[in-house]
Amino acid sequence: MAAATPGPRRAAVIGGNRIPFARQNGAYAAASNQDMLTAALEGLVARHGLAGERLGEVVAGAVLKHSRDFNLTREAVLGSSLSAHTPAYDVQQACATGLEATILVANKIALGQVDCGAAGGVDSASDAPIAVSEGLRRTLLRLNAAKTPAQRLRALAGLRPGHVVPQAPRNVEPRTGLSMGEHMAQTALRWGVTRQSQDELAAASHRNLAAAYDRGFFDDLLTPYLGLARDENLRPDSTVENLATLRTVFGAGEGATMTAGNSTPLTDGASVVLLGSDEWAQEHGLPVLAHLVDAETAAVDYVTGDEGLLMAPAHAVPRLLARTGMTLQDFDLVEIHEAFAATVLATLAAWEDPEFCRDRLGLDAPLGALDRSRLNVNGSSLAAGHPFAATGGRIVASLAKALSEKGPGARGLISVCAAGGQGVVAILEAK
Amino acid sequence: MSGYASLVNTPVGKRVATRLGLPRPARLRRYAVGEPLVDGPVLVGGHGAAPLLGEVRRVLTAAGSGVLDTLPAGEGLGAVVADLGAVEDPADLDSLRGLVGPALRSLRPSGRVVVLGRLPEAARAPAQAAARRALEGVTRSLGKELRQGATANLLLVADGAEDAIASPLRFLLSGRSAYVDGQVVTVTAAPGGPPPEPADWSLPLDGKVAVVTGAARGIGSAVARTLARDGATVVGVDIPASGDALARVANDVGGTALQLDVTAADAGKRIVAHAVSRHGGVDVVVHNAGITRDRLLANTDEERWRSVLDVNLMSILRMNEALLAEDGVRDGGHLVLLSSMAGIAGNRGQTSYAASKAGVIGLVRSLAADEDLRRRRVTTNAVAPGFIETEMTARMPFATREVGRLLNSLSQGGLPVDVAETIAWLAHDASAGVNGNVVRVCGQSLLGA
Repeated sequence: MAAATPGPRRAAVIGGNRIPFARQNGAYAAASNQDMLTAALEGLVARHGLAGERLGEVVAGAVLKHSRDFNLTREAVLGSSLSAHTPAYDVQQACATGLEATILVANKIALGQVDCGAAGGVDSASDAPIAVSEGLRRTLLRLNAAKTPAQRLRALAGLRPGHVVPQAPRNVEPRTGLSMGEHMAQTALRWGVTRQSQDELAAASHRNLAAAYDRGFFDDLLTPYLGLARDENLRPDSTVENLATLRTVFGAGEGATMTAGNSTPLTDGASVVLLGSDEWAQEHGLPVLAHLVDAETAAVDYVTGDEGLLMAPAHAVPRLLARTGMTLQDFDLVEIHEAFAATVLATLAAWEDPEFCRDRLGLDAPLGALDRSRLNVNGSSLAAGHPFAATGGRIVASLAKALSEKGPGARGLISVCAAGGQGVVAILEAK
Repeated sequence: MSGYASLVNTPVGKRVATRLGLPRPARLRRYAVGEPLVDGPVLVGGHGAAPLLGEVRRVLTAAGSGVLDTLPAGEGLGAVVADLGAVEDPADLDSLRGLVGPALRSLRPSGRVVVLGRLPEAARAPAQAAARRALEGVTRSLGKELRQGATANLLLVADGAEDAIASPLRFLLSGRSAYVDGQVVTVTAAPGGPPPEPADWSLPLDGKVAVVTGAARGIGSAVARTLARDGATVVGVDIPASGDALARVANDVGGTALQLDVTAADAGKRIVAHAVSRHGGVDVVVHNAGITRDRLLANTDEERWRSVLDVNLMSILRMNEALLAEDGVRDGGHLVLLSSMAGIAGNRGQTSYAASKAGVIGLVRSLAADEDLRRRRVTTNAVAPGFIETEMTARMPFATREVGRLLNSLSQGGLPVDVAETIAWLAHDASAGVNGNVVRVCGQSLLGA
């Protein structure tokens, strides 16, 4: 007789916690990824009364990561109030790390392999790893391997003045040598995304995030850290008019539309989400906000193909819709990560474009227009900032709560683009 | 101990202080789980029939304390308990002098004098009323006479409340009352019959759910930790901006953190919903959240005035609507509110704060007398801290701080845990005979005495 295995069940999003996001070299300049991830976990533990509890697993990651942080998430767990018997592992999928971690934990819950878990991510653009030059690294390795004084001297003789220049991480695609902003500028041009529409989206992001803070929306989603109680990047008084005065930073000449105001700044922060089965949640007296319905990941060929670096979600969403039998208009709320304002606008434009939907997505008809009043209603990365791996957790927890406020059955779509031409999308449904 | 107190406890400082006749604050005996109730045997006695002495003996024996009827030679005493419940006339007070006076020299450091009496207002004759009231004068003076951390307190026991004295008596004898001195605690018949004694006196809050507002730091944090130590599951509440400190407290005590502003219109409802969902209900509420916006009245604008009264008093009234509704605090629950020495004595520059804290006393008296709450066996009491060593007092100017520390019978500031111990005691089911009291935790401060 075959061993009994539990059938798939929907994983519940129970709650979340993040620390406010800080601008690079701002309030968290001296905080490490481990410090911030631990702080985010501690707030999650406190909010849900999990001190001493053994979770099924904790999964998180960081994009900018020191080599010493090979076991970042496990170390954060050990530094938290969770039971030391809680296993953990790191994942990394660029800006989609937090969402991918959520999907991984949710899948294990769905399969009955674990009953609960936490997923999230952290990033510090301030406390970034700095690498030594390749020449110095090889010299030092040879020095380390040397056994005799003569061998050591020979190894040291290989040092050259140029070796001492350190290498800071760069926000550049290795295969194209272009920064993410330059890639996005090409896509913006391709889709004719105007400066005006980008600035409008940016202003709305600040306005929506500020309003969410003011109505106490983040009271049970956020725990202050190092003196910061709100996102450092948030400018509640941001307007289209003052955004219009900023000079462009990506693209060139007449067609340049992207500024520091409609692109996300480099940010530090961490977020985590608590997931579990409905039974586990009930046993712990924890209300369920939403369920993770399904998720899809896509990748595009931005190197040799004719597709934008950040356009993978445009491909992932229709595949997810087809599998779940839903349309873009079925969602009460939609969260499209604002890597740049132009990312959101190019994606929306692509879904409305019959040619793109036919030729690239293989659809009979375009996905159609999205009711913009359902988009990023509580602000997104342009206002909050975007500590790469922490964005997924921020979006999952906020959307789950917003759907729960809307009532049972409310549906939400998440779309997160990532470096390497990848995109992760997911559907949540309020319990 | 800090500043002056630690200085005069060094060998040199001790000699100088003794020469100059300066006060030398003692290290107070504070409660720790597993320690004896009293540090040494307890001398008991009284006047006439001493109607409460039987219960006193039972309580002491159950607690494992040695009970003595006569003053031993050459042996230190942990406490003296004097039952003056039978005094009829001021002449009877000589029994108190005769029992306690000679025993004081034998009293060990942090020793205790507990005087028991009956309510003066229930006296049958003027002479009896005078004699009963006189006990307060004796006790308060004794508090000032005692040295080395010893305290004297009066326990007034209403007729019919004899079976409710175990918890208050234990409290006043134990290290839990380290900074409670020169106070009068009144015990009345507990609503709903004799209060239940805990199965384990070191876990008197076992299985209870307690909500503490302002739990992120200072006194509130100590309250959360103390209630948890006594066995309670704690819901810590504080404003979202204090969430990180609140999370530390909640995780330390294995409770939950609820970030909310107590002045929000739905604060009470959200607290109840959280406690019921997470922990199945609420048994204890400690209204601790408070702010100061000190200014002379002449310089107090409407906003400062409003915010202090809103946080310290009006929010409690609003939250109580939900907390005391049918699905709120469970039958047999306990409310403890934070008043202040300023609410009793007043304080220059603290009109708004004193208004709120005096208001708390009025509120407590009213709730304790409420018929519906009495039927549900819900008790309400206040604690009025004196000079307590917190972040707030650490910021005071040096001279003001040292004067605040020294102007009391114990010649030192209290600690947040001293306030917390008193609050925890009032939250115990065994303390149900204590209802409508305002217990000062002030080391018998000279202010508002």
